[in-house]
Amino acid sequence: MAGTDLKLAAEEEAMLAGEHGELVQWAIQMQVDVGRFFGAERLVPVTSAHMVGDMEVMGEPGLALLRKIAKGGAKFSVPMTTNARCVDFAAAERLLQDPGMVCKEKELIAAVRAIGAIQTDTCINYQTVYQPHFGEHVAWGDTGTVIYANSVLGARSNFESGPAAFAAGITGRTPCYGFHLPEQRRGTVLVQLSADLEDLADWGALGAVIGRQCNDYWQAPVIEGADPGSATSDRMKHLGASLASYGSLAMFHLVGVTPEAASVEAAFGGREPERVIRVDDDAIADVYASYPADRDEIDLVVLTGPQLSLFEIKLVAELLDGRSVHGNTRFIITTNQMTHAAASALGHVQAIERAGGMVLVGVCFYLMGADVMRERFGWRNILTNSAKLANIIGGYRYHPIFRRTRDCVEAAVAGRLQ
Amino acid sequence: VTTHLDVEPPVAELRGPPGFGRPLDGEALVSSDPFSPRYDLDRSTGLISRKGHSIEGHNIAGKILVIPAVKGGVAAGWAFYDLMRRGIAPAAIVCRETNPVFVQGAVLAGVPILHRLDPDPVTSIRTGDRVRVDPASGSVVVLRSGG
Repeated sequence: MAGTDLKLAAEEEAMLAGEHGELVQWAIQMQVDVGRFFGAERLVPVTSAHMVGDMEVMGEPGLALLRKIAKGGAKFSVPMTTNARCVDFAAAERLLQDPGMVCKEKELIAAVRAIGAIQTDTCINYQTVYQPHFGEHVAWGDTGTVIYANSVLGARSNFESGPAAFAAGITGRTPCYGFHLPEQRRGTVLVQLSADLEDLADWGALGAVIGRQCNDYWQAPVIEGADPGSATSDRMKHLGASLASYGSLAMFHLVGVTPEAASVEAAFGGREPERVIRVDDDAIADVYASYPADRDEIDLVVLTGPQLSLFEIKLVAELLDGRSVHGNTRFIITTNQMTHAAASALGHVQAIERAGGMVLVGVCFYLMGADVMRERFGWRNILTNSAKLANIIGGYRYHPIFRRTRDCVEAAVAGRLQ
Repeated sequence: VTTHLDVEPPVAELRGPPGFGRPLDGEALVSSDPFSPRYDLDRSTGLISRKGHSIEGHNIAGKILVIPAVKGGVAAGWAFYDLMRRGIAPAAIVCRETNPVFVQGAVLAGVPILHRLDPDPVTSIRTGDRVRVDPASGSVVVLRSGG
């Protein structure tokens, strides 16, 4: 059968033969195996890699593997950034996080830094660290980073999970299949949008509507009908994260906005849409209705998934407007160190903390041992403006409630949904 | 190596593109629902723990896991390695459709995996069937066991 015809350059053959050491050989062998599986004809050089390696998904064996590699003295050959992790060490005690997990997190960080990772701890690298240009090949891990890079920036990446991004960081290459190829990037499904999207959460809700009907990595929805002037970076961030979460999608086109979608025809590249999904105001309302409140009192308000940008943190500080968070409610937001530093310099972090909110650095809420925290604090429900978090957090036995940003902040102040 | 396959005629032969991993045979566990090693599985035992999942209560350890599709984010990339090291990984995975993360995870763990087979593995294989997978040639051979 076709599909096994993967040709390697001379240097890659040498890597595979072990001439660059055992670790490089192991890494490129994995890439050759994955590439052959998906019919890649070659490996393609990448300019950066972004790695998801949290203790929660790696487990003890994954950590042991990284420790062993770190001891071998190998280094990444392209810039390797790290995704949001499980622990903000400054807040771990206050959040009653498991000390065992905190310890392992430290070990994990030490191991990946020893191999040369740039410890960014962020799922919004594309807003704060590095923006690949149109056509640039990268090997990124976190699904939200991949869909943003592919769709909004026109860069090229597949979902590269922990070991795959790790291998790409070592070899400086990745197998050339999927979203590295022009034909995979063309639209497959047409989304006719007639809903008015205002809040960030509305854009996440749009992602949920599409992802629930179109749950397939190999699909690329083409969304027409959005006002191009409304498509800000933060809104497309929430849209992308939600599409990836609900639909395992790695690419979308927003007609008149994203670089491969000057028109509907351009986005489909001559293909006919396989089907049409219509999204009106009722469809968006249905997403909110699918996360109903279990009761009026709110235990926890969390804005995360993806981490907040400087603009989002400023908005939260302004919505609080000097008021305090209710005594029976916890208010948590997460961001990265770069944004935290900027928001601190501008006074927004202090404003949120004065109100009683927590601004966590380098983490995402659902990675933090959310089930353990739920039990220790006796939390039952969680209110969020992140469609992605609403989708995931039920798995940790929280009752998720999904609402717009302003409603979330008002509920944090009132201690209950208004 | 097994005499079983040599004496009984196969009830189905599935063909597809080359997959990954070594040939082996084992007992099939067939799910009609998509599978995520993060959301559907008790990762300490290998039991399918998600309420209402079509193979809830079954254990994937050592089975040839047959699934229509995969779901979830990047967690699968590490999950199979974790399961393999703890001795509760599936012996092989046969999917109607899969995605990069799932295959990356299977490759890291050395778990054989095949996809895009004809006829459809989910309808032509039954739980309990004896199955031989040969990833290099993209073939899956099914023998019905126990009547």
